[in-house]
Order: sequence, then structure tokens, then C-alpha cells
Amino acid sequence: MAVVFKKSSMLTDLPTHYCPGCTHGIIHRLVAEVCEELNVGNKNIIGVAPVGCAVFAYNYFNCDMMEAAHGRAPAVATGIKRAHPDKIVFTYQGDGDLASIGAAEIVHAAARGEKITTIFVNNAIYGMTGGQMAPTSLVGQVTTTSPYGRQAESAGYPVKVSEMLSQLDGPAYIERVSVHSVPGIIAAKRAIKKAFAAQQEGKGFSLIEVLSTCPTNWGLTPKESLKWLEDNMIPQFPLGVYKEV
Amino acid sequence: MAKKLMKGNEAIAEAAIQAGCRFFFGYPITPQNEIPEYMAKRMPQVGGCFVQAESEVSAINMVYGAAGAGARVMTSSSSPGISLKQEGISYAVGAELPMVVVNIVRGGPGLGSIQPAQSDYYQATRGGGHGDYRMLCYAPSSVQEAVDLMAKAFDAADEYRNPVMMLGDGMLGQIMEPVEMVSPREGALPEKTWAAGVPENKGRAVINSLFIDPIENERHNQLLEAKYQAMRERETLSESIGTQRAEVILVAYGTMARICERAARDAQKAIGAKVGLVRPVTVWPFPDDAIRQAAAQPSVKRVIAVEMSAGQMVDDVRIAVNGTKPVGFYGTTGGVVPTVQNILDHIQAALKEGN
Amino acid sequence: MEETLIIAGFGGQGVQLIGQLLAKSGMMEGKFVSFLPSYGPEMRGGNSNCNVIIADEPICSPIVSQASCVMALNRPSLDKFEPSVQEGQTLLVNSSLVDKKAARSDIQALYIPANEIAQELGNVRVANMVMLGAYLGVSGSIQVDSVMENLREMFGERRAGLLPVNREAIERGAACAREQRG
Repeated sequence: MAVVFKKSSMLTDLPTHYCPGCTHGIIHRLVAEVCEELNVGNKNIIGVAPVGCAVFAYNYFNCDMMEAAHGRAPAVATGIKRAHPDKIVFTYQGDGDLASIGAAEIVHAAARGEKITTIFVNNAIYGMTGGQMAPTSLVGQVTTTSPYGRQAESAGYPVKVSEMLSQLDGPAYIERVSVHSVPGIIAAKRAIKKAFAAQQEGKGFSLIEVLSTCPTNWGLTPKESLKWLEDNMIPQFPLGVYKEV
Repeated sequence: MAKKLMKGNEAIAEAAIQAGCRFFFGYPITPQNEIPEYMAKRMPQVGGCFVQAESEVSAINMVYGAAGAGARVMTSSSSPGISLKQEGISYAVGAELPMVVVNIVRGGPGLGSIQPAQSDYYQATRGGGHGDYRMLCYAPSSVQEAVDLMAKAFDAADEYRNPVMMLGDGMLGQIMEPVEMVSPREGALPEKTWAAGVPENKGRAVINSLFIDPIENERHNQLLEAKYQAMRERETLSESIGTQRAEVILVAYGTMARICERAARDAQKAIGAKVGLVRPVTVWPFPDDAIRQAAAQPSVKRVIAVEMSAGQMVDDVRIAVNGTKPVGFYGTTGGVVPTVQNILDHIQAALKEGN
Repeated sequence: MEETLIIAGFGGQGVQLIGQLLAKSGMMEGKFVSFLPSYGPEMRGGNSNCNVIIADEPICSPIVSQASCVMALNRPSLDKFEPSVQEGQTLLVNSSLVDKKAARSDIQALYIPANEIAQELGNVRVANMVMLGAYLGVSGSIQVDSVMENLREMFGERRAGLLPVNREAIERGAACAREQRG
């Protein structure tokens, strides 16, 4: 029988804990496949897991992994990369982790042009803690801490990470992608590959912002979630390449 | 090696380099700025790495990353900055990562002052961050002792896979004293078969402090506790000066111990009392035995803890003496340093009161 | 022997340098030394001081509260540290910048026109060396040659040309102090 699909060797055999319909699984697979395709061997890749839904990423990626404190993954990755400049180092972070508590760490890792790759999963909500407002929640979006919808006058506006970081000189590659559709997933993989390539070539910091779903905390079915993402998030967070050197 | 007049902060930094430290991540704060400045200059000369982080929070997490990747690594700061590092220190303890954290203490709370203080004793000896943990904590009283202890600090950090703190104060950081610099470390650094990205680790490294199952988390805590017990048994250091047949035993650490040593030496002549000093070199583990033994002598009327704080170590002295002798306290706070005369006056008054 | 010094003046007057030179020279002569600077947010212009101890025995406390010599290079330093001079011991005042006399009569106060002497030597920046020289002249605890050796090391090849004016400043300071002491 011909093999038509094979799980990446960069993923362990452990079943993930993600909710049904959550797109973290897809993003994990894309990162794993790209890492495998780098042909450097799993022992030459070190990942950093965040605090958030992806906190157990160290159980899923089949390479050396470190668990970082909330928001600190880019600082931890900096320490790793400085100790092992020849290894591929990546962080995998959610929106609360990266754009809220870890805003300083990501900005300065980017500004230093740290030769690491960040996979930034933006689903506009805090998942693990139960659906609170995220820095990327949309104006009007109902969450457990914005029960009347996010009010711009008191809670401000969503943080546009890709746009912000692309203003710096340190980043080599920044692109925003979405995994709500098959073409989107294909484009996302291409972007992730470019980001890792930028690191491999020593060009500088790279970040891929991946728009992602949270059916559980959005209160939608998986299918409705994909549509909600497309209808609401993409207009607010336009897809595309924001920085390429 | 010939002696050189060196500033405490610079000597500490150089001793770390001699001990094989090649990674430093820090952030400016008075009175420890000479450490990052020195490292910024020296690290490139020895093929090491210096990064000025965007905050103390980032600095300690860079240390966490480098330590997890097997590097011999250090950071330094002063009180407010050490508070910011506590999150990272707790994570490093949980993930069992070796590192050296230098704390050149200044007066607090808040921004406090920038003058020498010992007001972070609780923080240094009780873990400091969240969770059940301890750190081996050296409190050198001179620049030479700080230099001599640096290699020990790094080796102990590696041996126990736990952060180690070097606790100084503004005086120790800023003073210049003749120093005989230690020789470079000989031999390879200890193998770290558990670290990420190192060839000696044949398996998959997972550097982590999350144990979601409470039973597993308790097992992990017991493992940590066993390390702390081993440190208590093997790493406790103190010095007893003139304690034989003394009437009064002073207990003081760090630079305060130097002032107390002088007070103890002058006491016979100045106030007609024989005064001895027990100086904890490790403030955690605390030298309970040395203090208990000194206090148990029939000649001893009183034990007095002297600190540049409102009275923190005195709690440990009370635990050590355990009610067998009266325990008193003398201290100043906020960056005010007691003088020899202040201490002598206190001893005299305390003896009078006690009789 | 235990020399305990407080050296104080404006930041930028070279107060810390006097202290470091004395400590280094003492160390070179095989003595126990310590140098403890004041430190603070003011980088220039504010008041700066340091404590230096030179002794035959190991030094316990590096803090000088009772000084065997106070060097006051400006008026605020005189006001602040005159009370710290031990009875019968020395107060050196830079009379070029301080128009006031010592209030105490139980100490030996010597007035050194350091800036004027330095100006006569053609380099006002050596005023601190005049004060240092005054101390060496009256205390005798440190040899002029030791200080010169340290200055040579500090200046290196590039600024070795400054050595003669520094030696002259030290010698003039020493002579001035000795003359006044009688």
C-alpha cells in the first residue's frame, strides 16, 4: 500500500490535549513538518513552550524543549541561541503570552535581531484560563472579562503584533497567515518555512503570526469558528508579508 | 599571584570568568553596575557572551535559557531588580537549572536608597519567589572572600542543579581592597547530560517545572527537599572569632560582620566585656550548630544579632539558640551602616539591662 | 599604625583619585588598605567623598567615622567632616576654595592653597595632587615614590609627560603643609 500521509518525526506519539476543532494541532504539524524538512536532525532543534494552551508543547515536539515562564519565551530562546548559535531555536507562543505579559520580551528579541523563529498563535482570546479578553480580542468581542463586548474606551484596541514588529530593523521575516482554510494552511506552511530559512541563513529574527480558532471559548462549533475567523479576524488582522529582508 | 586593588563588583565579575562563566545577562541598577560593565568588556575577550537585557525579568529568563542549554551562566542585580528576578529564579529551581545570582543589596522597600543594606535576608534565605524552595546563599564579608567563593558557587550550582546566590551589599560592591585573583578553573566543566542541545545528552531534553499531577509535583518537591537536606549537611559555612569564654556572642554576616569583628576586638578595652563573633558565611544553610555551641558556653550571657535591617537574621539566631540564652538585636535600616561605637554602646546597655 | 582618612570635595576635583592612589600606594608598600567611595546618582558637581584606611593590621570596618586625617577640598566638605577628625589629628583644608577656618582648636588644621599652587605650576588639574602631597608631607605613612609609581602606571606611555608636574604638585603640597606645621 502506498503511504499517502505520515506523521512528522518531529512530533512525539503523545495525543494532544487540544479541544476539538482547535487549530493548534494543525500549526504544530506545520511547524514539525517544516523542521523536519530543514534536514538538520531533531537533535539540532530546540523549542521553547509558552504558558497558555500550548503549555504542553514540550510533550509534542520531538526535539529538545524548554518550558518558559509566562511571556518569557523570547528571553529564554535568547539564552539558548547564545549558548548554541548553531542550533535552530524557536518559540511557540499564544496571544496572551506574547502580546500581553511578554510584550517587552518579544519586542526586544526582535529589536536585537535575535536569530530565533517565533510562531505566534493569535486566536483573540485566553484559552487555557477559560476565555478571558486577550490583547488581540476584537472591539466588541464578548469574553468572560469583557462580558458586554470589548469596549474601546476602557479596554482599548487589539494589538497588531506583525505590523508593530515590522517597524523594527532587527526582524528578517514577518508574515501573518491563517489556518482557517486549506489554501490558508498551505500558505501558512510556506511562511513558516521562510521564517526558519531566515534563521538558518543567519538573517535575523523571524515571526509568523498565525490566526487561529478557539471554538470552546468563542462558543462556536469548529466549522462556525473557521468562518468567524475569516469574517472577523482577517479584516482586523490583514494577512500578508510585513517584513522581508 | 600578586595582589591587585580591585573594586568588589569588578573582582566578583573577574572571579566568575576565572570560574569558567562565559554567559552573563544583566540590567543596570546601582550599586552593582560595575558587574555588567565589566562583563560587557571582558566577555568578548574570553569568547563569552554578554547581553544587556530589556529588564531584570528578561535577564533572568535569558539565564534560564542558557542554563538549560548547558552553559555556565550568571546574572547580577540589586534589591529591586532581584525582586523582579524572583519569578525566573523560582522557575529555575523548579526546572533544576544551575546559575549564580549576585545580589548587591541596597536599602528598601520600594526604590529605598542605594546605600548598603541587609534588608533582603528573608528573600535570600526563604526562597524569595513562589513555591517550596531554598537557595544556597553565600554572604562574603570581604572582596577576597567573594572572589574565593565564586568558583565554589558555580560548582555547587552545577552539583545540586539549583541556583546559588552571592549576597553582598553596596559596601562590598563599591569597596576597593587588595585581592589575590583566583587562578583560572582547571579541567572541563561538569558534564550536563540533562541539558538541551548538548552532545552528552543522548535523549530528548525537556527543561520544565510544570507537574500538573499533584502527586508527581509532590514527588518533585521531595526530590528538591532532599537536595536542600544535602546542602544543610555539606555546605554550611561559618567562622567563629574569639567566642571562647565570651560573655556576649555577636552574630553578623557580610560587611556587617567586619564592623562587629572590630567591635568584638575593642570590647574588652572599651567596655570591659569579652565579646565574640559568629559569622555565617552561608546564610542559607544557616550555621545553627556553630551558634548553638557558642551560645551554650556557661560564660555567655547574651547573644546579639547585628544587621543592617530591622531584624531578619535574628529569627534564625533565635531558632538556633532555641531559648537557651537571651537573644537580642541591634540594627539600622534603609542604608544606614552601624558604627563600631553604636555596637559597643548597644552591648553595654544590653549587659546592664540583663544583669 | 592605622591611618584613617576621609577625603571630600566636589565631584570632578579628583577626590576619588587621591583615595585610590593612597590605597594603591599603601598596598604596594605591603600595608593593609581599603578604599570605600561614596556613590550616588550625582555624577559631576555634587559632593563626593571616600574613606581610606592604611594599616599594619587587617582592616575590619572600612568605614571611617573618626579620621586621623580629613581632607576638605571645598566648603561643604569642611562643614560636614570637621567633626570627624580625631582629637589632635589633622585637618587639611583647600584654602583656595574655602574661606573659612576650622572651628575646633583641638585639632591640627592646615590650610593649603591647592588651586593657587597648581595654577603656579601651570596645570590647575593637579590641585588634588597638592592636597595629596600635603597629606604625605605631614603623615609620612606613604612614600612619594610609591604614589609616583602608581601615577606612572595609570598614565602609561601616552601621558607620561604629565608625571613631572604631578611630582612637583605633590612636593609643593608637602612643603606647604610642613612649613605651616612648623
